[in-house]
Amino acid sequence: MLQKKNNKKNFISLIAVALFLVLVLVLDQIIRPTDKMSMLLTVLQKGSVYALAAVSMNLLNGFTGLFSLGHAGFMLVGAYTYAIFTIPAESRDTVYQYYDAAIRISFPEVLRDNLGAFGTVLGVVLAVLLAGLVAAFFAWLIGLPVLKLKSDYLAIATLGFAEIIRAVFQWGKLGPVTNGSNLLKSFERISTFKLTLGETTIKLSTFVPVLIAVICIALIVLLVNSTYGRSFKAIRDDEIAAEAMGINLAKHKMISFVASSFFAGISGATMAMVLGIAQASNFKSAMTYEILLMVVLGGIGSISGSVIGSMLFVAASEWWLRGLDSGVFLGINAPGIFRNGFRLVVFSVIIMVVVLFFRKGIMGDKELPDLLKPRAKKASKKASKKEVTK
Amino acid sequence: MKKFFALILALAMVLSLVACGGKDDGAKVVKIGVFEPQSGDNGAGGKQEILGMQYANYETPTVEIGGETYKVELVYADNASSNDKAASAAQTLISSGVSLVLGSYGSGVSIAAGDTFATAGMPAIGVTCTNPQVTSECEVYFRICFLDPFQGTVLANYAKSELKATKAYCLAKQGDDYSGGLCNYFIEAFGKDNCVYEQFPEGTSDYSTYITNAQNQGCEVFFAPVSTEAAAQIIAKADTQNLGMPVLAGDTWDSNVILNAAKGTGVEIAVTTFYQEGADAEFDAAIKAWINSDATAKANNGGNDELAAVTVMGYDAYYVALEALKKAGSTDPADVLAVLPELTYTGVTGDISFNDIGDANRDTAFVKACNTETGKWDFVAQQGIK
Amino acid sequence: MELLKSVLPYLISGVSVGGQYALIAIGYTMVYGILRLINFAHGDVFMVAGLIMVYLAASMPLYVAIPLMIVLTVALGFAIERVAYKPLRNAPRMSVMISAIGVSYLIQNLALYITGGLNKNYPAIPWISDKVSIFGMETTRVTVITPFLTVILVVALVLLINHTKIGMAMRAVSRDFETAQLMGVKINNVISATFIIGTFLAAVGSMLYFTNYPGVVPTSGGMPGLKAFVAAVFGGIGSIPGAVIGAFIIGICESIIKGLDTILVVNGVIAEQVGFSTFSDAFTFALLIVVLVFKPTGLFGEKTTDKV
Repeated sequence: MLQKKNNKKNFISLIAVALFLVLVLVLDQIIRPTDKMSMLLTVLQKGSVYALAAVSMNLLNGFTGLFSLGHAGFMLVGAYTYAIFTIPAESRDTVYQYYDAAIRISFPEVLRDNLGAFGTVLGVVLAVLLAGLVAAFFAWLIGLPVLKLKSDYLAIATLGFAEIIRAVFQWGKLGPVTNGSNLLKSFERISTFKLTLGETTIKLSTFVPVLIAVICIALIVLLVNSTYGRSFKAIRDDEIAAEAMGINLAKHKMISFVASSFFAGISGATMAMVLGIAQASNFKSAMTYEILLMVVLGGIGSISGSVIGSMLFVAASEWWLRGLDSGVFLGINAPGIFRNGFRLVVFSVIIMVVVLFFRKGIMGDKELPDLLKPRAKKASKKASKKEVTK
Repeated sequence: MKKFFALILALAMVLSLVACGGKDDGAKVVKIGVFEPQSGDNGAGGKQEILGMQYANYETPTVEIGGETYKVELVYADNASSNDKAASAAQTLISSGVSLVLGSYGSGVSIAAGDTFATAGMPAIGVTCTNPQVTSECEVYFRICFLDPFQGTVLANYAKSELKATKAYCLAKQGDDYSGGLCNYFIEAFGKDNCVYEQFPEGTSDYSTYITNAQNQGCEVFFAPVSTEAAAQIIAKADTQNLGMPVLAGDTWDSNVILNAAKGTGVEIAVTTFYQEGADAEFDAAIKAWINSDATAKANNGGNDELAAVTVMGYDAYYVALEALKKAGSTDPADVLAVLPELTYTGVTGDISFNDIGDANRDTAFVKACNTETGKWDFVAQQGIK
Repeated sequence: MELLKSVLPYLISGVSVGGQYALIAIGYTMVYGILRLINFAHGDVFMVAGLIMVYLAASMPLYVAIPLMIVLTVALGFAIERVAYKPLRNAPRMSVMISAIGVSYLIQNLALYITGGLNKNYPAIPWISDKVSIFGMETTRVTVITPFLTVILVVALVLLINHTKIGMAMRAVSRDFETAQLMGVKINNVISATFIIGTFLAAVGSMLYFTNYPGVVPTSGGMPGLKAFVAAVFGGIGSIPGAVIGAFIIGICESIIKGLDTILVVNGVIAEQVGFSTFSDAFTFALLIVVLVFKPTGLFGEKTTDKV
């Protein structure tokens, strides 16, 4: 009975996701960059990057209870790995203008020469996977010493590691690999993602990042619902009890940390794709804080919450609240108040309100499909009421 | 749950209002995008560059396109001097329906946004972004200023022949294409073995160490083409620590921020720049009167009416844009892009035309020195390279 | 001798910046000692103190501006605790930390809005920003007086903690939060007092720091704040002398690393620049991780007598 219901729920979710992907593909074709609605595409592109980052952080902070603040560092590793391995040979020397590039292989290019258009796709996929793997490897190295630390010590240690990674990637002596502190560009990015079928060209610039995010988030959902996922939650709820139940703490913490970083690396790669550039100085701890606030906004411990939280965060900051910065908002013209930076002030006030008064965020620890079932809906209503009366 | 849906509803309403708002009132309007930093490291410089465009817009608020009079509206987007914010600021401009874009101050943001402009087919005219990669990697980017290889060589020649320096200390900001690029070309021209090159990380506040480094290594000229924010602090430290060598920098330092910082100190400063104040007395007087009459403009110019070269460049850029619109006879970005390569214009800073990469044909720079007693620039030389 | 001469300038400026970190670090270590909370907003309060001074000094004489700046900063520190941390006293520690990060985000964005994202020049304070010459090195007087001022303030603070009633209450609360409450200690007053002392020292520290490095931007507080926290951990969190010594060590190391290329080149150890200065910030964090992994209690962590 329960099994059947779950199957139905999963089926509906699958259909919804598929419809969403088709919609994105259609939007990609009909919206031109000069249209007003083109901001919708920007929001979808950036939103999917941050959604993946937020979900992967949630896997660690929300599901395993490990408070890590090193996300920006792993995203940096992912972005650089992806960028370095997809710069075409002809652009290599202009990008590395002050150095003699050491790595001169571009996956999409090499595979295109052998396999045609399919090779390009495969090359990009390989580079994205490699980005995740390198980030996961860094996480493994860092995890060895720091994972035994407790809560806020872990947070500050991972934050420190992210800063160290950033410094290493900016070091002039590593210039032949990382281009020093200068930006990497000209690699495979969303504006180059196109599919040519005879006469028609299908643009994929929004579809690709969204697809990557959807696949990765689906994998994280599977992980959370597996036995590993249940062990993570047990560790979060009570470490000592979990250990007494026979859960290997060190092993499971490491799995969660490495998996989270793997997906953070992929989201970093997607970010490089979307922005068209990769530069170490962008991956500051402020980025980690922003992702953390997205997770909090959506609800710690809810995957769909993280997705909604980050989409709202990006949409509000990139699009809806732009007017707050440029003088006119909701038809109110007040250039004295609505000047540069006001958007972020309003934004941070909203976040503080959520942090202080709606500690469960938008979704609490519920998932979107839970809302579809009428009975579950009632239960969640009750829960939220309880929260208010408290 | 109600709260959640209420939130979604509210946001949806905001969205629809934003999407429908801002209907034009019938008069024909052509929009020019201003892609400049208004905050961050280069915020002060960006504001001075915008000032020139605003003055030009105040002087000439309309343009004839295809026999019709259009009102020119400047649309601003703040790229926050940050490479990762550049692309979305560029996208905001593109989606707001501009015909072409002017900017930016600082090369990194222009390089980072180049791809976004190219995808949309949006022509962009760089005002003072001097790194070669701005145009060499981007089809739609043009610029009206000289380039770093030229400027770096002029500065190196000046250091060698005029200042008689044999060893140079070069300081750049980490990951900054402007200062990094300029230092690189300076070192190439000056000789790698005679240069000490260091980079400071973003968010540095302690410049005294770098001054100590230069003194300890026995350098004879301090080359620091960094942002004006950092410059003010470097000058202050150079004064307290008795630097003992001249400070040399590029066009960003031609700003009243530097003059204010250097006034009353014992620091010797020389810069290369695009425009020598006093070259066109009538223009100088008019723009100064405008700056003095507008409190916001004066605040954006750092509180006085001393002209920065970037302001004059911004002024010229605006007229180049009008010229392009007139010639294109349409407000469509594609038409504007088509006429840009052949465009010529004589501005306050000299003749402007583009070569096949989209760079300006400019082969002279002005060298100016700071008079620390009066707090003004003294003209030194007009330099080219042979 | 040659070596000493080339190292000395870095040493002096390191001691000076170390003293400034120390004044911030005390705020971290005291708050952590009592609430077990990394007050991420502390560095930003330090930055706000700088901004307040910039705006006040523009409209009133310094002898009014300086006390007023200190009062306003202390009020801000007090208000942050009451608004953002007190409602979460019974919430999980993670929620309070998130709230601290939220406050930091809010303060930075507010500063960005008010300043327009531009660098604000810190006013020159007479006497302490005068030029002096020490061991043949030209510098400002603030560099010389910072370490002495820091030590005086710390001694005063330790006396306060060891010999007054509120100090005793602080020690009791940091030893055992619940028992102290049962014994009739007014927890909220003690916590407020802790925040007031912490922000007062940060305000004094900001005056010294920004006189030395006179540019205030919204992110000015971030790095000094983090470094001060590392100093607190390094010295053993909760220990005031530990935080001070940790801060001096970090200040000196950081300054020497920035000049390491030059020191090595001048003394003929290496032929060309290696770029050590890239790691001046990263070194602090490497030190933190080494301490956390090998001696999590820090240098003076076990001595509980001085804990606040």
